[in-house]
Amino acid sequence: MTARTLFDKIWHDHVVERLQDGTCILYIDRHLVHEVTSPQAFEGLRLAGRRLRRPDATIAVVDHNVPTSDRSLPIEEPESRTQIETLEHNVAEFGVPYIPLRSASQGIVHVIGPEQGISLPGMTIVCGDSHTSTHGALGALAFGIGTSEVEHVMATQTLLQKPAKNMRVTVEGELAPGVTAKDVMLAIIGKIGTAGGTGHVIEFAGSAIRGLDMAGRMTICNMSIEAGARAGMVAPDQTTFDYVRGRRFAPQGAAFDEACAYWSTLASDPNAVFDTEVELRAEDIAPNLTWGTSPEDVIPITGTIPDPATASEPGHRARLERALAYMGLEPGAEIAGTPIDVVFIGSCTNSRIEDLRSAAQVIDGRHVAPGVRALVVPGSGLVKAQAEEEGLDRVFREAGFEWREAGCSMCLGMNPDKLTPGQRCASTSNRNFEGRQGPGGRTHLLSPAMAAAAAVTGVLTDVRALTREIA
Amino acid sequence: MDKFTELTAVAAPMPEENVDTDQIIPARFLKTIKRTGLGEHLFANLRYGADGREKPDFVLNREPYRHAEILITLDNLGCGSSREHAPWALLDFGIRCVIAPSFADIFHNNCFKNGILPIQLPRETCEMLMDDARLGANAQLRVDLVQQVVVRPDGQEIAFEVDPFRRELLLEGLDDIGQTLQHGDAITTFEHGRDETKPWMPALAF
Repeated sequence: MTARTLFDKIWHDHVVERLQDGTCILYIDRHLVHEVTSPQAFEGLRLAGRRLRRPDATIAVVDHNVPTSDRSLPIEEPESRTQIETLEHNVAEFGVPYIPLRSASQGIVHVIGPEQGISLPGMTIVCGDSHTSTHGALGALAFGIGTSEVEHVMATQTLLQKPAKNMRVTVEGELAPGVTAKDVMLAIIGKIGTAGGTGHVIEFAGSAIRGLDMAGRMTICNMSIEAGARAGMVAPDQTTFDYVRGRRFAPQGAAFDEACAYWSTLASDPNAVFDTEVELRAEDIAPNLTWGTSPEDVIPITGTIPDPATASEPGHRARLERALAYMGLEPGAEIAGTPIDVVFIGSCTNSRIEDLRSAAQVIDGRHVAPGVRALVVPGSGLVKAQAEEEGLDRVFREAGFEWREAGCSMCLGMNPDKLTPGQRCASTSNRNFEGRQGPGGRTHLLSPAMAAAAAVTGVLTDVRALTREIA
Repeated sequence: MDKFTELTAVAAPMPEENVDTDQIIPARFLKTIKRTGLGEHLFANLRYGADGREKPDFVLNREPYRHAEILITLDNLGCGSSREHAPWALLDFGIRCVIAPSFADIFHNNCFKNGILPIQLPRETCEMLMDDARLGANAQLRVDLVQQVVVRPDGQEIAFEVDPFRRELLLEGLDDIGQTLQHGDAITTFEHGRDETKPWMPALAF
């Protein structure tokens, strides 16, 4: 048999039928549902008189719209309330397991999936949300779909798909102190661009990736979509198995061992051929951040803002000029020292316990700079509870951070957490598009540690300067 | 879904790279539980000022592009989120065809599911078509999915490629769920096989 990649193996294992032109009916093991992209799909089932085929492979949660303030109060925004109530009505009608807003385990769909063992290695996992790629960190094939496809999965437990191309991004070496998974992923997106992965599934490999914990791998896979890829994945290994063992929905006892034996066969064969190969050296990666309005606008914190005049292509130059004007920045200026108004630590990219620990370590004993608003929004109720058990909430609160309930929050501003026009935000989220965090808001994407450094200094700051002080 | 066979219409030129789904439909408009009615919010942050008035410079606020049924952009159209609200908003505005040098995968997929034809053409060709679109109301483009050609105002034909399976669904206006359900037995057989080979696969229930 020819050598196969991790993607090839999982794909092959889920093909129900191959149609004439190569389109495949692909079986879906897990379907995650949230309130924003599902109402029209449930409505479609209802209108066609169709049932939801596998409620036992489906789970629903509210995350995008939910207020992250006091949960004992009613939801103020009527449209958000309607969307949440619509989901509650739909899950009851179609018999879908549901984690309600006031459940202790509610949270961002991409945080709770791995956290509760709903998402497992070797699975096909979909959700009407592009950051479903996050779950690929477990060694699963996980990708975002539109609402028509949500309806297709509900009705058939399958999708019509053609196989993607294989890309491998290898990061060898050891990350320098102060450099995190987020910095690695920003470096990758900066290198290949937001369309670099189009049509591909990316496997992240190399010693620097294998050395990451599961939270770090999730951060990397999460932003695969920002590199244009359909999905991102990391081969399951001992780190993965140790993470999965004992989680709520994970197989237990002998069943776990049997599953592990299967998961161990999934890694890409040593001589597997990838359509595209990209290589980075871990030592070359600095704490990074974005300066512009595309996730590919990446520079190191020690860098300067690029000059559009150096762009050779007029369309590209126009984009850079527009991004500079929108962001209110001057070409050639150093990015470090740029004053910020808001700090957001959260989102499906960076809201896990490891992310909060990393930020808290920088913040401990310091205070949020005057005039800066800083929020921490844990990824799930369980993350929040764990952080409180470790006393991290106290570190954040005493430093002047707002300590919130779980949800997507200011990553996309569908709930009341938004930037106002012109506000500049150091954000651990995943998209810096114009208006993403609120109309006119300016977003700099960076790691939790870098966000913490910005919070306490009031300006974009090299976190290594602060951590050296600690040491 | 409406069939797509042939379209003769005004094309709106938008010479921008990375026109993302947050631009096409900002997140604050995703709170609807319907597929319709999003057209007025299409490109909301670019189309309207803070006071809610139309920005006169924005292409879709100008004649004849208010009536555009074709949108032409530069690379990586539809990058960002999986929100199908992006094609819903385009469709509700009246756009039935999008032309670009490259598309983000999920957006590309979502277009087909809603009867919008995405056409990929080389960047120089897209720029040429944008020049055509700037010639005014009489300079309509014709898009023919049967022949797989875009016809310029001067009559020149430009061939394009399209996935045959998706072309068929568009031409017939077919619901692909109905198609897949015809393979229901194969899906059941697959599920039985999976129960044998992966007995550890947990069921979700509370």
